Amino acid sequence: MISVEHITKKFKKLYALDDVSASFHKGQVVSLIGPNGSGKTTLIKSILGIVQPDGGTIRFSGQAISNQYQYRDQIGYMPQIGRYPDNMTIGQVIDMIKNIRNNAGARLDEELLESYNMQALLGKNMRSLSGGTRQKVSAVLAFLFDPDVLILDEPTAGLDPLATEILKDKIMAEKEKGKLILITSHILSDLDELTTDVMYLQDGRLRLYQPIEELKELTGESRLGRAIAAVMKSGYTQLQPTPGAIIKNMEVHYA
Amino acid sequence: MLKLSRYVLHDIVRSKVILAYTLFLLTISVTLFQMEDNPSKALMSLLNIVLIVVPLVSMVFATIHYYNSYEFIELMLSQPVSRTRILMSEYLGTAASLSASFLVGVGVPVLLFNLDEVGLALITTGTALTFIFTSLAFYASVLARDKARGIGVALMLWFYFALIYDGLVLTILFAFSDYPLEQLTLALSSLNPVDLGRIFLMLKMDVSALMGYTGATYKDFFGSSFGALYSLGILLLWATIPLWLAVRSFNKKDL
Amino acid sequence: MKRLSCILLSLLCLQAHAHTLTVGKGQPFATIRNAIAAAKPGDTVLVKKGTYYVNNILVTKPITLLGENMPLLHGADKYEIFTVSGNRITIKGFQLTNSGYSAMNDYAAIKVVDATNVVIEGNKIYRAYFGIHMANASNCTIRNNYLFGLTKTEQTTGNGIHLWKCNNMLVEKNEVHAHRDGIYFEFVTHSLVRNNYSEGNIRYGLHFMFSNDDQYFGNTFINNGAGVAVMYSKKVMMHRNRFLNNWGPAAYGLLLKEISDSKIEGNRFYKNTVGIQMESTSRIAASNNRFEENGWAAKVAASSMDNSFTNNNFQGNTFDIGTNGSVVLNTFNNNYWDKYEGYDRNKDGRGDVPYHPVSMYSTIIESNPNTLMLLRSFMVALLDKAEKALPSLTPENLKDDQPLLKALKL
Repeated sequence: MISVEHITKKFKKLYALDDVSASFHKGQVVSLIGPNGSGKTTLIKSILGIVQPDGGTIRFSGQAISNQYQYRDQIGYMPQIGRYPDNMTIGQVIDMIKNIRNNAGARLDEELLESYNMQALLGKNMRSLSGGTRQKVSAVLAFLFDPDVLILDEPTAGLDPLATEILKDKIMAEKEKGKLILITSHILSDLDELTTDVMYLQDGRLRLYQPIEELKELTGESRLGRAIAAVMKSGYTQLQPTPGAIIKNMEVHYA
Repeated sequence: MLKLSRYVLHDIVRSKVILAYTLFLLTISVTLFQMEDNPSKALMSLLNIVLIVVPLVSMVFATIHYYNSYEFIELMLSQPVSRTRILMSEYLGTAASLSASFLVGVGVPVLLFNLDEVGLALITTGTALTFIFTSLAFYASVLARDKARGIGVALMLWFYFALIYDGLVLTILFAFSDYPLEQLTLALSSLNPVDLGRIFLMLKMDVSALMGYTGATYKDFFGSSFGALYSLGILLLWATIPLWLAVRSFNKKDL
Repeated sequence: MKRLSCILLSLLCLQAHAHTLTVGKGQPFATIRNAIAAAKPGDTVLVKKGTYYVNNILVTKPITLLGENMPLLHGADKYEIFTVSGNRITIKGFQLTNSGYSAMNDYAAIKVVDATNVVIEGNKIYRAYFGIHMANASNCTIRNNYLFGLTKTEQTTGNGIHLWKCNNMLVEKNEVHAHRDGIYFEFVTHSLVRNNYSEGNIRYGLHFMFSNDDQYFGNTFINNGAGVAVMYSKKVMMHRNRFLNNWGPAAYGLLLKEISDSKIEGNRFYKNTVGIQMESTSRIAASNNRFEENGWAAKVAASSMDNSFTNNNFQGNTFDIGTNGSVVLNTFNNNYWDKYEGYDRNKDGRGDVPYHPVSMYSTIIESNPNTLMLLRSFMVALLDKAEKALPSLTPENLKDDQPLLKALKL
């Protein structure tokens, strides 16, 4: 569905993405993980076309996305920090986005709107909202148009446990429909039960991209968090699917 | 395009700055027309407002608005909307609301008190300068990294076009007064939209004096409608070229 | 009383003896020339409607030539149509066209030489080198004629109404277009030019050279090279004329050069590049004039002295007064200047601070005409304000000490 080919992005001297290649398919729930500044958000923004990579190609359904915008019709995006025009109300923002996406007649998925009880807040000004409520608005907007791809940047940050649970259920339901879901997060515990694949970025490099089952098997850890920690400690990149061997035949990048 | 502009307009109208600007212009225009028993004298004073205040307000307001709309722009970027459309909508919304202010604040009093060729030329020039300086402000804002720098650049540009440029021209004209400078002078004034607007107005106000020029170039320029058409044409370029450059770099920009 | 009735009686007698000789197809005379030859003093030659190819008709007898329904006299581009000399001759009601052109001779449609009491009235003259040319004449009248010249260059077009060495002449209600000068006076004295209309002439609407004791009033001068030029003359009275739209690098409403002891009153100067240009003039009094929307209302060269401007309105001019030196020997008083920004605390209708009608920028333009381009710019406004506070370039004593606060009703 989405393929990333040799993407490089430099901010001044710093590599945010350094020759990253990967492809994502329907039915996958990919957890993009890595420390702060590892390039997760840059990768997501590159896919969305908000950041323009210096090199490489990103394809969406086979089409290169550079200078395209129509493909975003199939993406629901929930930003890390949702920022909205200050003097609009929640209702106006939602109406505006509906109006712009203009898929008249298309089915709108208002499930989150209801489960977050957002109708009661529609008249509220964006300026007066708490961080959590803004996140809820972002979530509502991301799922509203029933898109094939969901890109969620730190979706649970700032949400209360109840809201997190609702979101998790929603993601689960969308996963069941066979959608592609990309989630960045640095805390995994919330979402590891949803994840089908793990992508690990560090210093702009792709260190690891593997199905979670394989990963658990390779590291011998049953919990995702610990499996990742094991990888981080080892300082290696791709783990080879050789049963029993945890660390073998690795390319060493950093001492 | 217009759909998005509507939201931009809506946002601007609610900010009240535009209302203050309208009232400011309206107060000055009406006061001038009532103070002077000769309406054409009031028009002379309005000319300075048009040549100085309109560019200044247009630039500063457009710059601030651009940075204040960052959230809106961000939100739009993740939607299936082209970048060109986003920026053009912002531009049209801003330029249209500033022009509307000008037309209400200056245009209506002029139409009421002094509806003649000079009055209409004044309205045309003011509107053209609004579009031009909004366009310049957008280009500066797209290029500048942050708001403070953006406003700084806008003020510098205004200062340059309103005052410094004419000083330089005067210096050149005196330094090379022994040479035939007809064409050069005309070319120099084309490089400053404020000067061009002023000349367009002078063609209506001071044609008697302008015809006192000895050079044949001037006589052709001032004596026919060519002068007016030429200055309007170049003004149009002044509005479109910076806007085109702004769109071009906005399309390449990371946001 | 006795004498008067005697004169009347003799006039009646003349009338009684006068005959009318008719020219035209099927008329007693086929050509004008034959009719004139047959005419006796006091007779009228009546020319019927039609086209006549003529050249150089000599009129020396005191007769009247009268056109009926504007007969057309075609000069075939040679010589003159009428050459008039003598006393009491009237030419009235003709259309004259295509008289000759010569670089050597001043050919005219109607030439009057050494004559008195000639009346040229109600004629239409087209495509003539000179229209009506009078030399050494006196007590003549030129009235109600319409002239349209050749629209050529200054050298190949003659003057519309040209008077040389004349006196006691009356030029009125004529309309002149496309000649070199509309009306030209050289060595003409004690004459009157009134209610004429002079438009689109290559050089001047009206031109005085070495002509003293004349007056012109009620005339309109539009869009000529310059409206009126008065040069090397004395005692010329200029009243109630209109000088309009005289545009161009050397275009003036009124150009005064080496003239003295004259008056300019009640005229309107509208949309001229320069309303009045004064060079080496003296003792000229300009009053009750309206200067409106000119480039410069007046340019007074430093060589002029003892001229005065009183009770004039200056409105909507780009510049009020221009000058080229710092010596000021002329006075400005009690004028209304729309650019005046002073106050009147004692409410006597006159401003309490003087008005300086020469702006700094007009002085700058005088020295570097290209800078006209920057007129009305913010920078120039600042420079002008600075100059007002600290005069350095403009002549400080060129000022109106009692500027009026309200425009005069003129």
